[in-house]
Amino acid sequence: MTEPLLELKKLSKAFGAVKASDAVDLTLFPGEIHALIGPNGAGKSTLIAQVTGWMKPDAGEVRLLGRDASHLSVAARAKLGLGRSFQVSSLAQGFSALANVMLALQARDGGAFRFWAPLRGNAALREEALGVLARIGLADRADLPVSALSHGERRLLEMALALALRPKLLLLDEPMAGLGPEGTRNLTAFLRELKNEAGILLIEHDMDAVFALADRISVLVYGRVIASGTADEIRQSAAVREAYLGDALC
Amino acid sequence: MPAFLASVSSREGMVNAVLAGLLLAAPLIAFTLDEPFYISLATRVAILALAGVGLNLALGYGGMVSFGHAAFFGLGGYVAGIAAFHAFDGSDFIVWPLTLGGTDQLLIIWPLTVLVVAVVAFAIGVISLRTSGVYFIMITLAFAQMIYYLAISIPTYGGEDGLAIYLRNQLPLGDSNDPLTFFFVCYGMLLLALFVSSRLVASPFGVALQCARMNEVRLATMGIAPFPVKLTAFVISGVITGIAGALFADLNGFVGPSMLSWHRSGEIMIFVILGGVGRLFGPLAGAALFILLESLIGGMTDRWQLFLGAILLGVVLFARGGLIGLLAGRARHD
Repeated sequence: MTEPLLELKKLSKAFGAVKASDAVDLTLFPGEIHALIGPNGAGKSTLIAQVTGWMKPDAGEVRLLGRDASHLSVAARAKLGLGRSFQVSSLAQGFSALANVMLALQARDGGAFRFWAPLRGNAALREEALGVLARIGLADRADLPVSALSHGERRLLEMALALALRPKLLLLDEPMAGLGPEGTRNLTAFLRELKNEAGILLIEHDMDAVFALADRISVLVYGRVIASGTADEIRQSAAVREAYLGDALC
Repeated sequence: MPAFLASVSSREGMVNAVLAGLLLAAPLIAFTLDEPFYISLATRVAILALAGVGLNLALGYGGMVSFGHAAFFGLGGYVAGIAAFHAFDGSDFIVWPLTLGGTDQLLIIWPLTVLVVAVVAFAIGVISLRTSGVYFIMITLAFAQMIYYLAISIPTYGGEDGLAIYLRNQLPLGDSNDPLTFFFVCYGMLLLALFVSSRLVASPFGVALQCARMNEVRLATMGIAPFPVKLTAFVISGVITGIAGALFADLNGFVGPSMLSWHRSGEIMIFVILGGVGRLFGPLAGAALFILLESLIGGMTDRWQLFLGAILLGVVLFARGGLIGLLAGRARHD
């Protein structure tokens, strides 16, 4: 059996009486898109924070690439191969798109403790960064400061930054948000290709995209995974329909 | 100076070159007119600008608003002062576990300053950088005040009265007591610090540091832990300001607790903000304007700081890039 890229074991986190994560078990295997859906307040953000390292779980374990990552820092988890995009774009606003990507590449290759040669002067890194931007369709926006990019372009740059790390797994937090129909179509096609490069844990509200993409779907409600299975299984699950999907999909 | 121009726009590079040229020309003209006072004034500008270059690295590029850089400035001063005191006195600084006397050699005093300030800046940084925002400002201030009161409470080194340096510390070549020679030493240090800063800021380290200022979450997500990057920058920043302090003590022939006071921290911050936060030559522009105001308007009225306040207000409200921003336009995005 192949080893999971990500494995959550009985992950629990409570804020006072509220159980934001209640013994969550979840796996992500290579080559797969595993979608995590759930209504607002289901504990998705808390779960993401524990996977990426911003929050420590009260109990349970986060395993990345077969090793216990529960106590690793955010940066250390990224180094291991965990890439992510944010629900609300999180970029270095004052830099150009190119500089953002070059810094990400530098982080992967040599780290930040290089004090003398200018980053911009690194021709090989520049080439590679332009390649990453071209792949995502931002090549002609490379020299613009992030503050001059449109919302959709920032979402794409987020993706480019995650890809620059050559991640083994990606955690995408509502990548479709605010993209519009065409953008959503393009990104859906792109993610379908991408999953062979890196397993994807997809948190998404766009149900069309989720059902089109996901190999497996887990449904989180009040901090608990109430159902997990293929798209068809989830569609037919009575519990899920009651808790979340509503009558719209019947 | 192509290396200076590397990280700034061509227009900003020109403004920088003119500023550096003016600061070099002023004491030379003063020398030919036999006006030694103005040589010492230009030396003050160079030294205070150097202190600002140090703070700019933390505040301007790293977004760490340190209100305690007087600690490093004063420590540098006390290293120079205490070394000179023991050299003059013939007494020992410590006798156990090894005997250390004083020295009046600048080439020993400067590395010693770097060492002492680096250790203290590391200790202050490790604790302070766990906080941010207002708390960071307050905790750096608190550390600086602790060192201030420590200096006051040591009678051996003058306590509240400070310590006189009777003979300026010496260089192997050249006479440091000659005002023009000492100006060149300080000016050279300033250029060196600016050069090092320009390289640092454009290097992967500097870009990561600026990313930490703009968005720490992004930096960590890329796989670079922000804390060690910021701590390293804080230490380098402190060391540069510390060297300025050592030079300042030698310029004045005196070091006292006033060099450690929070007024001094505020002054260094004013240089940076007046000149342009995160602009390479900002601290030079700021320190020059500060000293000009102090000596021109200060000659007419004791309330010259009223005018400084008005100008500072104007800069903060209307010229976010400070003087450099006013002269050279917005910072380049890259």
